[in-house]
Amino acid sequence: MKSFTYEKANSPAAAAAAAAGSSNARFIAGGTNLLDLMKLEIETPSHLIDVNGLAFDKIEPTQEGGLRIGALVRNTALAADERIRRDYGLLSRALLSGASGQLRNKATTAGNLLQRTRCPYFYDTNQPCNKRTPGSGCAAIGGVTRQHAVLGSSESCIATHPSDMAIAMRALDATVETVRPDGTTRAIPIADLHRLPGETPHIETTLSAGELITSVTLPKPVGGTHIYRKVRDRASYAFALVSVGAIVQRDGTGRVAVGGVAHKPWRVEAAEAEMPRGAKAVATRLLDGARPTRDNSFKLALVERTLAAVLSEAKG
Amino acid sequence: MKFDTPATTNPIDQLKIIGHATNRIDGPLKTTGRATYAYEWHDAGARPAYGYVVGSAIAKGRITSIDLSRAKAAPGVIAIVSAENAGKLGKGKYNTAKLLGGPEIDHYHQAVAVVVADTFEQARAAAQLVRVDYSAEKGSFDLSATRDGAAKPPGEGDEKAETAVGDFAGAFAAAPVQLDATYTTPDQSHAMMEPHASMAAWEGDKLTLWTSNQMIAWTTGDVAKTLGLPKENVRLVSPFIGGGFGGKLFLRSDAILAALGARAANRPVKVALQRPLIINNTTHRPATIQRIRIGATREGKISAIGHESWSGNLPEGSPETAVMQTRLLYAGENRMTALRLAMLDLPEGNSMRAPGEAPGMMALEIAMDEMAERLNLDPVEFRARNDTQVDPEHPDRPFSQRQLVECMRIGAERFGWSRRNAKPGGQRDGRWLVGMGMAAAFRNNLLMKSGARVRLDSSGTVTVETDMTDIGTGSYTIIAQTAAEMMGLPLDKVVVRLGDSSFPVSAGSGGQFGANNSTSGVYAACVKLREAVAQKLGFNSADVSFSDGQVSSGNQSVPLGQAAADSELVAEDSIEYGDLAKTHQQSTFGAHFVELGVDVATAEIRIRRMLAVCAAGRVLNPKTARSQVIGAMTMGVGAALMEELAVDKRTGFFVNHDLAGYEVPVHADIPHQETIFLDETDPMSSPMKAKGIGELGLCGVAAALANAVYNATGIRVRDYPITLDKLLHHMPDA
Ligand SMILES: Cc1cc2nc3c(=O)[nH]c(=O)nc-3n(C[C@H](O)[C@H](O)[C@H](O)COP(=O)(O)OP(=O)(O)OC[C@H]3O[C@@H](n4cnc5c(N)ncnc54)[C@H](O)[C@@H]3O)c2cc1C
Ligand code: SF4
Repeated sequence: MKSFTYEKANSPAAAAAAAAGSSNARFIAGGTNLLDLMKLEIETPSHLIDVNGLAFDKIEPTQEGGLRIGALVRNTALAADERIRRDYGLLSRALLSGASGQLRNKATTAGNLLQRTRCPYFYDTNQPCNKRTPGSGCAAIGGVTRQHAVLGSSESCIATHPSDMAIAMRALDATVETVRPDGTTRAIPIADLHRLPGETPHIETTLSAGELITSVTLPKPVGGTHIYRKVRDRASYAFALVSVGAIVQRDGTGRVAVGGVAHKPWRVEAAEAEMPRGAKAVATRLLDGARPTRDNSFKLALVERTLAAVLSEAKG
Repeated sequence: MKFDTPATTNPIDQLKIIGHATNRIDGPLKTTGRATYAYEWHDAGARPAYGYVVGSAIAKGRITSIDLSRAKAAPGVIAIVSAENAGKLGKGKYNTAKLLGGPEIDHYHQAVAVVVADTFEQARAAAQLVRVDYSAEKGSFDLSATRDGAAKPPGEGDEKAETAVGDFAGAFAAAPVQLDATYTTPDQSHAMMEPHASMAAWEGDKLTLWTSNQMIAWTTGDVAKTLGLPKENVRLVSPFIGGGFGGKLFLRSDAILAALGARAANRPVKVALQRPLIINNTTHRPATIQRIRIGATREGKISAIGHESWSGNLPEGSPETAVMQTRLLYAGENRMTALRLAMLDLPEGNSMRAPGEAPGMMALEIAMDEMAERLNLDPVEFRARNDTQVDPEHPDRPFSQRQLVECMRIGAERFGWSRRNAKPGGQRDGRWLVGMGMAAAFRNNLLMKSGARVRLDSSGTVTVETDMTDIGTGSYTIIAQTAAEMMGLPLDKVVVRLGDSSFPVSAGSGGQFGANNSTSGVYAACVKLREAVAQKLGFNSADVSFSDGQVSSGNQSVPLGQAAADSELVAEDSIEYGDLAKTHQQSTFGAHFVELGVDVATAEIRIRRMLAVCAAGRVLNPKTARSQVIGAMTMGVGAALMEELAVDKRTGFFVNHDLAGYEVPVHADIPHQETIFLDETDPMSSPMKAKGIGELGLCGVAAALANAVYNATGIRVRDYPITLDKLLHHMPDA
């Protein structure tokens, strides 16, 4: 770990301004991802801005009939919230399938969205990695890639985004609210938050320097049956090989977002239109353009089969 | 004490304390955090400095230059040791690769330097400033690609590379029912909870190492050899060990680099290996490729059985002896086994819990299931038909005890094996395809010399000292039970001190030989102490009895402590073995049963219940024994379903080098486990009449799972681990 300076922010704008004022600052929330990366010197911030003192720890109704989730609401609290469990069961289920109880007690809503990939080569600083050291190459391509992306990857990076919560947020059409160093705020649709790797896999989101997430809003509940199905080798405490988050209405229409397959939650609205026609039709559209490796081509069949199981479960 | 004739009735047979399900005597120390582990001896001497190990970034080649300037200038740095300034170092007898590499590099993450600083954080930060330039060479990293060039390894006696009886080739060719199948097992990591850790302190040219090590005498010798010290100048202290599984049988870089760091810093130094270094810097269980051929009559009698295994290792390393059990487990007149060893530049392969048998049984017991199916026989019945009460390669050697068939029959009964649908894929429960599988369990019982010292004080307390270790197995407790039984004391009048090289040399913890041999050593010392007590009290030692804290002879009875009224009584002895292991084959047996479900859509495998039945001599403590077996069953689940060190075959290292990437089972994977121990005593094994259990519990588990997956799905996976991607394309439509 490199030495760094530390401050506790006392207002959102001050936090954003502090971040912009330092060339290499990071916000720290639960610290469950950032600290691990700092110990390995994969992240080497010179300044840490602790946002835990900010009053973003509430879940409140919005005027539109949805919910505003403070950026600091812990994963445990969010999953347990009665309104979330009743109206946004997908989110609660996705959260509870992630990490462990202890980690979820610390992990925050914003931190979870911004957690970094679990590509093992990213974690080994002896290995070339364009995400860690831009321009150094990608050790994963041609290496061990069972966990890696099958969709939206590039010649520079084939990593996935590991968050379960983000899959649910994507299916729920959440919006990320932020404040920038100049005090201006904006609302970013979750679909636009995470980027595909392209030639700049180290730039993972569309947030600008110092931009602070203040909350995530959920639109009015859409009803339907909410299912989150996470597929993995062991029964708990493992990242998804593939996960399917679905909201299925009585008439068979609905939404579906898929995890474990790309650098961002994968949702294709055109594929959703096929839902009444069944899993195969949805999967064909959803997986269009997939570029699997030899190690992870099974994910294509797995997505389709999991989808089929989810749709049949939704029918009851 | 020489043990060369079968045991007769002795004080252990009283079973007042031995054989009872006693709680661990060290349990309260551990649950309250007062058991001091290797990295926690802060108060043992001067304030320690901290060492952080730099591992090689290449698998094979040379260091061309090391630039320490930035690291040296970093805050808190006291010293940096690399091969350039470490002085001349030897290599331990039990090490294959050097523990401090450079300029030649033998494997990825081989240690190339240790940075010593005032705090751990400073050492870690400075270590990341060490700049090493390498010139990498092409290495050999792919077992299957090097298989054809693999050679016959040297090896004698039990370790010999090849055995043959009768005419295997002819009998196999002539057999009406045949199987010829190839299985693979991957590299595996011990993944113990406590990392390899040591603290070193020098006093002149005398070294004390507080460390986490299973084999105190081996490792003391190897420290001395590596550092060029007389053995007397090295003291090892390792009373508590947070798991080892064979990963801590040997001297590793944490200990040597702590010693070198402490010498350079002129201060005690602590070193713990960071988790990624545990994967690539230390040892692992090597991958195997195994070909098994079995020929049988239509009635299910094996006429030919052949088992060949290929594994790889660094030059001078040894093979994974995966064919060992096939020499002993089933009858058959025509037999062959062979080991082949390929040269690989991966990290060092070495012992992991049940080396040889664990991966060997993973293959053999699938093969037996496949054969049973071809013969249209129940898997239990097929195995029973091929039981043997003698060593099949040397029919003049009977087994000392062999209750394999009993284990299988009792297990089948208790598990409800008759409810198994013999037709694969025939059992459905909602979204689950349900299957049952079984396998035999087998592991040899090893006899090793083991010593102990016992002291009696005037309060009647007996203190046992032996360099035996407790790696979480329960050694403290069974040793206390042994001394208490022998001396007629309650358990709380016995103090046990372990893991110190100043104590008598024991068998140590490994190869499931610890419990039987170390307690036998304590037995031997207690026999001497009983004699000394009798003599001191002027009793005739032939008719003295020890019970309830009293020593009695005729109508006299005095408190035990009285024998030590003027001065402590001390007795020391070892157990040594004669020829009984040559005239009789000593092994442990069992049977594993598993029921599991396979998700029809995703092919995720989830266990429902497991049962192990073991026949392994006298059970010294049913509670610690059960704990060993359920832990082993859990490890078997890991081996079957998830554990695999993923090799990057281009650059030669294990990629998944932390516990997020190298998955071992979690609680949710293990819903229900049951164990049964058959009532058995084995007078050939030792005065304790006990044998090993800790590894038996692992051998066969993975195959029982593999067979259950086959029973559930009709898909036969011969390459471990059995992950969903290997099933998916053959699964029925959901
Ligand atoms: C062993 C382990 C297993 C795990 N398993 C899973 C799993 O199965 N599924 C899963 O989804 N996750 C899993 N996780 C990841 C876990 O969910 C994340 O570590 C956690 O959600 C991160 O939240 P945090 O608050 O601790 O983030 P931090 O570590 O504090 O921060 C993460 C990133 O977010 C930034 N950040 C934090 N807050 C803000 C803000 N308000 N505005 C802007 N930027 C901000 C930080 O600068 C940092 O870059 C696992 C983690 C571990 C360690
Ligand atoms: S896949 Fe991405 S994160 Fe992984 S090594 Fe390549 S560039 Fe780095």
